[in-house]
Amino acid sequence: MKLLTHNMLTSHVKGVTKGYPLLIKATEVKVNEVEFNPQFVSRMIPKLEWSALVQAAEEDLPGELVADYETNEEFLKKVHRILLEVEVLEGCLQCPESGREFPISRGIPNMLLNEDEA
Amino acid sequence: MASSCRRPEHTAPPDVVSLSSRMIEIQTQMSERAVELLNLPEGQPCFLLDVGCGSGLSGDYLSEEGHYWVGVDISNAMLDVALDREVEGDLLLGDMGQGMPFRSGTFDGCISISALQWLCNADKKSHSPPKRLFTFFSTLYSSLTRGARAVFQLYPENSEQLELITSQAMKAGFSGGMVVDYPNSSKAKKFFLCLFAGVTGVLPKGLGSETSDRAVPNQVQYSGQRCRFKNMKGKSVKKGRDWIIEKKERRRRQGR
Repeated sequence: MKLLTHNMLTSHVKGVTKGYPLLIKATEVKVNEVEFNPQFVSRMIPKLEWSALVQAAEEDLPGELVADYETNEEFLKKVHRILLEVEVLEGCLQCPESGREFPISRGIPNMLLNEDEA
Repeated sequence: MASSCRRPEHTAPPDVVSLSSRMIEIQTQMSERAVELLNLPEGQPCFLLDVGCGSGLSGDYLSEEGHYWVGVDISNAMLDVALDREVEGDLLLGDMGQGMPFRSGTFDGCISISALQWLCNADKKSHSPPKRLFTFFSTLYSSLTRGARAVFQLYPENSEQLELITSQAMKAGFSGGMVVDYPNSSKAKKFFLCLFAGVTGVLPKGLGSETSDRAVPNQVQYSGQRCRFKNMKGKSVKKGRDWIIEKKERRRRQGR
């Protein structure tokens, strides 16, 4: 699971109103090399919940978005690395409201709900 | 499972489907067409959702086109194959009938190849297909950006099923409808449910119809098909294969 995906994921369990952001409890993380596409990163930045990204990334990210980020290549490369190169392979995602855990195995989060949760 | 089987959902639940090379070819062609129908802005890498991504065949095509994607599938086995094939998209194990677990406005578009009809079968007693369809469509709707499209290639079992699917999609807020390619060929006929989120759009034309703008078939065609594309005067379309043959014949008759 990449951090870009994590930034978009919420708990969809019935009755949960604040299922975002899911807390990452990682036991195995990998960093891949992914081709840098500044156009894509630039387009995604406004869609992100920035505070959730800061919380999820173990790196130093500014608490708030810098102005003129579109032209700041160094900044874009940093965001690119966090969004697309860091991958959580094993662990789980925890709902901030209910504490319900969604396991991650081989990089794939299991979002299947039980009968009473759907 | 026999590769000629067109109704895999009749033989087994969705998590036990296998592939054949013919199916792979067809899946890729359908992915191409689905992306075409998405009408994404040119030259821009987009963030897309692939529902029922399976082993990642359609996802591979999305990556080829320069897009980033997230795939959802209910089959662990299929997702394992996707991992082995080292697909570039992120994968999620999930049941589309339980809803799409994303924030609003996440995706620029959504495609789904041969997956939607699974929602119409109640695999478990507690499942209600209309409710699952609605849960799926309503959560999908909110996960799309305004103006985004969702394109579903499906094999509808009958008109009732098609009606059920379309009505639940409309209830969820989508506009749009069915695009049928090659309606006159039982072999080549393909159905694409083309939905618009937040805006009313003009439904694209199906391929292979008499009044189609596409006079010459592109790569998405089948060798067994004898479809002729003629203009209103009854002659073959200029520069098409038939036209060239007819012209050669004409010149031969004229003694040239």
